[in-house]
Amino acid sequence: MRLIPFVVSALITTGLVLSLNTKWGTVPAMGRFLSPQHGFWQNAEAADLDYNADLSVHGLQDKASVYFDDRLVPHIIANNDNDAYFLQGYIHAKFRLWQMEFQVFAAGGMVSHILGAGEDSAYLRYDRSMRRLGMVYAAEKTLEVMNADPVMLSQQNAYTAGVNAYIDQLTESQLPIEYKLLDYKPERWTNLKSALFAKYISYDLAGHDDDLEYTNARNNLSHLDFEKLFPATQDSLKPIVPVTENNYPATAAFDMNAPASADSLYFTYKKDSLTNILPKPDKDNGSNNWAVAGSKTADGAPILCNDPHLGLNLPSIWYEMQLSTPSFNAYGVTFPGAPNVIIGYNDSISFGVTNSGRDVKDYYQLKFRDGSMNEYWFDSAWVKASKRIELIGVRGSRTMADTVTYTLFGPVIYDHTFPAAAGNQNYYAVRWKAQDPSNEMKMLHGLNHAKNYDDYAEAIKSLTCPGQNPIFASVNGDIAIWQQGDFPAKWRRQGDFIMPGEDSSYLWRGIIPQGENPHMKNPVRGYVSSANQLSVDTAYPYYTGNSFPVYRGYIVNRLLDSMRLVSVRDMQRMQTSNYNVKAEFARAILLQTDPAKLNLDEKKYMNMFRTWNLRNDASEFGPTVFTVWWSEFEKAVWSDELEKPGVPMPWPNESTLVESLQKDSSYKFVDDINTPQVETLADLLAGSLKKAAIQLKTAELNGKLAWGAYKGTKIQHLLKLPAFSRLNLNAGGGAGVINATKEDHGPSWRMIVRMSAQPQGYGIYPGGQSGNPGSQYYDNFVNGWVKGEYYTLWMMKRTDIGDKRIKWTMNFSPAGAI
Amino acid sequence: MKFLAAFFLTALLAFIGGLYAPWWIIAPVAFLVAILIPQQPWKSWATGFLAVFFTWGIIAFWIDSNNLSLLSTKIGELIGVGHKPFLLVVLSGLVGGLVAGFGALTGFYLRTSKR
Repeated sequence: MRLIPFVVSALITTGLVLSLNTKWGTVPAMGRFLSPQHGFWQNAEAADLDYNADLSVHGLQDKASVYFDDRLVPHIIANNDNDAYFLQGYIHAKFRLWQMEFQVFAAGGMVSHILGAGEDSAYLRYDRSMRRLGMVYAAEKTLEVMNADPVMLSQQNAYTAGVNAYIDQLTESQLPIEYKLLDYKPERWTNLKSALFAKYISYDLAGHDDDLEYTNARNNLSHLDFEKLFPATQDSLKPIVPVTENNYPATAAFDMNAPASADSLYFTYKKDSLTNILPKPDKDNGSNNWAVAGSKTADGAPILCNDPHLGLNLPSIWYEMQLSTPSFNAYGVTFPGAPNVIIGYNDSISFGVTNSGRDVKDYYQLKFRDGSMNEYWFDSAWVKASKRIELIGVRGSRTMADTVTYTLFGPVIYDHTFPAAAGNQNYYAVRWKAQDPSNEMKMLHGLNHAKNYDDYAEAIKSLTCPGQNPIFASVNGDIAIWQQGDFPAKWRRQGDFIMPGEDSSYLWRGIIPQGENPHMKNPVRGYVSSANQLSVDTAYPYYTGNSFPVYRGYIVNRLLDSMRLVSVRDMQRMQTSNYNVKAEFARAILLQTDPAKLNLDEKKYMNMFRTWNLRNDASEFGPTVFTVWWSEFEKAVWSDELEKPGVPMPWPNESTLVESLQKDSSYKFVDDINTPQVETLADLLAGSLKKAAIQLKTAELNGKLAWGAYKGTKIQHLLKLPAFSRLNLNAGGGAGVINATKEDHGPSWRMIVRMSAQPQGYGIYPGGQSGNPGSQYYDNFVNGWVKGEYYTLWMMKRTDIGDKRIKWTMNFSPAGAI
Repeated sequence: MKFLAAFFLTALLAFIGGLYAPWWIIAPVAFLVAILIPQQPWKSWATGFLAVFFTWGIIAFWIDSNNLSLLSTKIGELIGVGHKPFLLVVLSGLVGGLVAGFGALTGFYLRTSKR
């Protein structure tokens, strides 16, 4: 009788199959993962992979082709706009599907759905914060706007159909490797997902706020100290639109006086300290852009430059592409997840953006009748609130239902179920411009199709949030910049702190009329520029917020003021410039340090700083010394005051310490309030260098004193897997430098376009066209990007189909047709 | 002779099955072949094991060479075996081989238990 061995053997086989078909913690199902016909091996693309294909797909109206050049940049040539958007969706999905979907999960607070609740429920808390901010609510409203606009709807429908045409034919073995690692499958794309992606961009660029920290600062500092530490303007500011170049509106369109109760209710009141600071986008999500008029260039053609600074990730947020139809022909970088070119050029104009950084996200403290949160107190009456239930799927656990209360002041982000600090029972609503319906896709559609300044000026009116500084240059010689968005008209300091939310007096009074947004066309000085600095000076009749970087804007304008007969090469050098203007200003202060107080090592480091050429080049020691020393110096000056309350507080602006000491050598914060004696500037300078020297010595012993090695720039995979990331890149640059390359943040796309009769672009981004870590094209632009190189961009003409630069062709035909 | 016939039949069916079915198709394939071509128990096991070990190993090796080991070094780093592409090839073969070996053994015992 062989039954027993049969049963045993069958059990072993079944057990093996089941256990190898199951994900254990973070270990993927190893049978499937290692199967060379299903698992990761299928993602190992042949080095000489042939991308040529003839495909027949449902949803296409006419034949169309996608031509790939040797960098795997697709040039989509279609006979109508919808087919171009369809193929844009298809190609995005083919090369970036996992990233597209993951970004949407991040946007809509659906990360727990694939990753589980996370350590200490970190993912779930993130998901709740995004839902409570109103991300899905906002995307749904944006979808309603899209549905009411026939052109945008058909563009979006075509894009979505293209993504799904790819997803629908995808087999298990072709799934991007991240799906195999995390063991899940892509869902079909929807228009809502593109809307969510658009809101994610709003979150990334207009979702940062320090209102809770500023409220803590106001609660714990005197009014005078607060204004000294957090001034609303900076001395070294060169605004995007100076009052001398353009007439600001003489008066505001609304009453800009603070409410009568502000002194008692807003500026002075002391309440609980707020500690539940939610995950937030990087404050440094900024950018540089400038356009030089023909009067300043060597050959008389304007040149437009743009480098958006974002978190550096693989796969990159950008995907390079050309879209060509009889109605438009645009080249540039696109967002996998949305139609159109985002930053680029067509045959007539070029366009780019930087972030406005304007504060469009404010908090209000509300009073509810009871814990049911059904009614809140507003203008002396109880008003009914509405409820929205957010269902958050949690992998390996039960779906969470989170009820969010909506009011006139926006959704209540903090309440007793999601407190602002342990034990805090207060209700805080968040009013954020991105919660409103928007049609930013229309701006992109307009810019892609634009022929001249008027088309550009009309297109950007559709941009409501995130507020940007769209820049423009045209073949016919115009240059221009606008600060565009729906910006709430604010009285001074409105929304810097949590506002009282019990009556209408603290609500936004209106949106600044679009024509009053700062703008400039063809100025006499021959250039327009922006680098996230404050857009206007104090003559502008509206309050524009309190904390903006100044140094990049300062050096950009200084260089452009002095330049003449500008060439593309000059612009490349400028866009990758490592000159540190902050160090130039700070130098005189640091060099006051008395050498008699220093030991040999400290003197050596001080000397490195003294002899440094002020360039943050990768090989220099100076930037490392300066960065560490200045950071210790700032801490010596401020951390006693700012850390004493023991709650999250904001840190002053990058320019505040230099400018304060330039004005006032007996700056009151120099004294350490924790010691009985009175410290002097000389004490702090020497003391901070001593502290810095210890860190510098360690760095030196580890061979990491040179700036590139010290900074260790890295481009991380979105899941932070080191194996899929590029680490320890020897890159120069840094904060406050035009080449704003920091540790994991920096120029995510560098573009220069010469607006000659046929515009010629140059560009590079730190990534590669393929999202597949098993492809040669995953990160092949990174080394050139580190070195500051540019690719010559090829705007393919419709007659170029026999060109040598075409390496592969995908021919598409509508399914059912011959 | 039987061994070679079983070996090649298992390898062929495992390969074809892998194109259309989930990865674990190798278990029923080895099971069926062991029923069709009776051998001694250890030989059935070894046939299933070796057939899929080589099928998976050769495919993985082929893919890896064409990929210049770009991905296998990353996966090696990810799962903690380091930059050893060949080890991953062998590991893949082993996993497939084990499953197929026991599939075949089960087939052998099914046949004998019916006798």
